[in-house]
Amino acid sequence: MTLTKIQEIFDLYDSMERKNIMLSFKGDMSTDLLTSILQIIENKLDRFGESPKVKKRIFNILVECLQNLYHHIEQPYKKVGSDAPSVIVMVAKNMSGYAIITGNFMLKNNADVLKNRLEEINGMTQDEVKDLYKSVLADGKMSEKGGGGLGMIDIARKSGEKLEYGFIPFGDGSSFFSLNVKVNQ
Amino acid sequence: MENLKIEGTTKTPTVSFDSETAIMTIKGRSIPENSIDFYKPIVDWLDAYATIPGEKTVLNMQLEYFNTSSSKCILDVFKKLENIKKSGKDVQVHWHYEEDDEDMLEAGEDYDAIIDIDFEMVRVVEF
Repeated sequence: MTLTKIQEIFDLYDSMERKNIMLSFKGDMSTDLLTSILQIIENKLDRFGESPKVKKRIFNILVECLQNLYHHIEQPYKKVGSDAPSVIVMVAKNMSGYAIITGNFMLKNNADVLKNRLEEINGMTQDEVKDLYKSVLADGKMSEKGGGGLGMIDIARKSGEKLEYGFIPFGDGSSFFSLNVKVNQ
Repeated sequence: MENLKIEGTTKTPTVSFDSETAIMTIKGRSIPENSIDFYKPIVDWLDAYATIPGEKTVLNMQLEYFNTSSSKCILDVFKKLENIKKSGKDVQVHWHYEEDDEDMLEAGEDYDAIIDIDFEMVRVVEF
């Protein structure tokens, strides 16, 4: 192995280490993988002796984040040699708590809809988020996947913190969306 | 009619619906990717049960986790029970939650606010 290559691998490791990444995955999201990630994180939280409340919140948010990646993945931005749409998931633990970080490509139009939704949610108080959840649940509309737009609201509700997010637009009509959800201990 | 029994998995709950005792139980985790497929037999069973309901139907909900994809399906289950109540029968939901799990208690309260059935919040030390 060349020195440059070794250095590249170490830099990747080191960057994750410094960001306190507990788990990191880049690739395509399948149901098996989703189940495995949930199991790994659940075991780790048990080992860390987290309180049941924090454990449940992290688990719930992770389920929603992973299922968002599973259902809403789009990749118009295609590199040669990569056929399956690819996503990134990271779970980090720092002094104040945990962070669940995801990244995926979306069609620009869908990204715009999502951006409006996230702005709306972030502009609300916790009580307003709870009321929004209840009214979206009660309106009876169900999307094809069953969620009916509750996912992000639930993530915001369980996190209790403002959602951090961003979009990088690409020239081909796609946008890279990334989300950072914090759960304080 | 035949009772409904579904074994639980790491992503789906154990389901046990008994038309004779009129006691129904949904217990465990409900986090499947496609909840509509999972809940269809339950909703269908309740449609049939609604034609011959017991005098008092009790649904025990004892969920450790549920995803947002399940939440609308669970609402559908409650709506079926609400119709049975409207037909003049007694219907109760016993919503179990672990004592430190305020999120699960709040989730039960949300359903209680939306659905016109008696909800009893049952605090359990640990499932």
